[in-house]
Amino acid sequence: MAGYGDVKLLRDDGLRLDGRKIDEMRPVTIEAGILPVADGSAMVTHGLNVAVAAVYGPMEAHPRKIQRQDRAVIDVRYNMAPFSTSDRIRPGFNRRSREISKVTAEALESVVLVERYPRSKIRVEIEILAAEAGTRCVGLTAAAVALADAGIPMRDLIVGVASGKVEGTVVLDLDKAEDNYGQADLPVGILPNTGEVAFLQMDGDLSPEEFNLAMEYNFKAAAEIHLVMVDALKRRYEGGEN
Amino acid sequence: MSNGQNGAELRLVTPGMAIGPSSGMRVGSGALAQNDTIIATRLGWVKQLNNTVSVDPINSAYMPRSGDLIVATVAEVRNNLWFMNVNGPFQGLLPMSLAPWKVEFGAARQHMGIGDVVLARVQEVDECHNVVLTMKGVGLRRLNQGSVHSVPITHIERLRGEGNATIQRLREACDCRIIVGENGRVWVDGDAEGIAWARQAIDLVQSSGHKKTFEAELSALENNAPKNGDA
Repeated sequence: MAGYGDVKLLRDDGLRLDGRKIDEMRPVTIEAGILPVADGSAMVTHGLNVAVAAVYGPMEAHPRKIQRQDRAVIDVRYNMAPFSTSDRIRPGFNRRSREISKVTAEALESVVLVERYPRSKIRVEIEILAAEAGTRCVGLTAAAVALADAGIPMRDLIVGVASGKVEGTVVLDLDKAEDNYGQADLPVGILPNTGEVAFLQMDGDLSPEEFNLAMEYNFKAAAEIHLVMVDALKRRYEGGEN
Repeated sequence: MSNGQNGAELRLVTPGMAIGPSSGMRVGSGALAQNDTIIATRLGWVKQLNNTVSVDPINSAYMPRSGDLIVATVAEVRNNLWFMNVNGPFQGLLPMSLAPWKVEFGAARQHMGIGDVVLARVQEVDECHNVVLTMKGVGLRRLNQGSVHSVPITHIERLRGEGNATIQRLREACDCRIIVGENGRVWVDGDAEGIAWARQAIDLVQSSGHKKTFEAELSALENNAPKNGDA
């Protein structure tokens, strides 16, 4: 029986299966303010991934037991649409979506000035419409743009980006095959202006050198995505004060 | 245009973006000082006035302040008080002692129920963001008729115009009573045509109030105003 090791992910010419270089990112487009009913919203396409984020609030936190007297709580709901992958996903929460919702909320709490809105709640809904590896990063990026669009005060934007290892080589921004059959995955949430890391997970093994290289790729990609985020927010309000 | 720009080009900033060095400058709202640099915390336009750098946010939630005249709706009723939706992150509290009627304990429901709209004033906001409203004051009352429209908080100044000029023009054009609440709710009362026209005009002020073409667009809309048609 063939194992994962039999899957060839790097071509002989050193490029990846989709023709990208090892430190090349999939194309990213961002549009802010796509949902008129939400206080803030954004759609991010990253390769074949499509994520929509909507932000409501700040609002009174219900039930009252979730209220914090000194800060706002960020209530994140990450969900993959049933049609987002070729295998239909059963609708509703599952362990994976709960985990991603939690880590995304914690990452966002580190940038949002939550102490400005004690006892209140900021609701962030992330819906993955199409998935091709790296959806938690795309969702985090979409949430950051939607929060900025909603006028929520933040220390910085936050950019979700991932690197990993395939066939012993560190590569930036894994696609589906690389994610499924690769050796490691390192999604991070980076604050582009300060260079801080607000969220980091690692699946698989990386040596310290490989980890440093992967982080170097992530920081480079985060800077590129940050430009696209800023451009999306500026485009929404171009043509004068809105 | 934002105050304090003196004709300078408006600068749009996003959260985390550096605005300038913090030395000799004071940090206003929508910004904070970090490592000798003033950074924006909100998406908005940079404003510099009297050595204070701040960011005029494009979107913002309503934060109640003492003295604000607001249009609120009843969210919950208790025996001796009403919880009011003030269009902000926190509910306002209207105790029966600050209602304009003599209310017996347990009879609050007979005066106002869930969904009723009132014109109220913010009496007090404490450090925990507890908001107390009052309906004791000239003109403060339950709004039994008319319709309520919502506008973003940041568009209220634009809707009022300089010295309330724009809102007065709208009032005269549609022959309606219009009250702009500080919380982004606008109450319009008049005949159906007038209310419909006022709604169009409010939308126009929101979308074009800051543009050079606004005057021409508002004049064109005024020509179609119901009052002009009747005359």
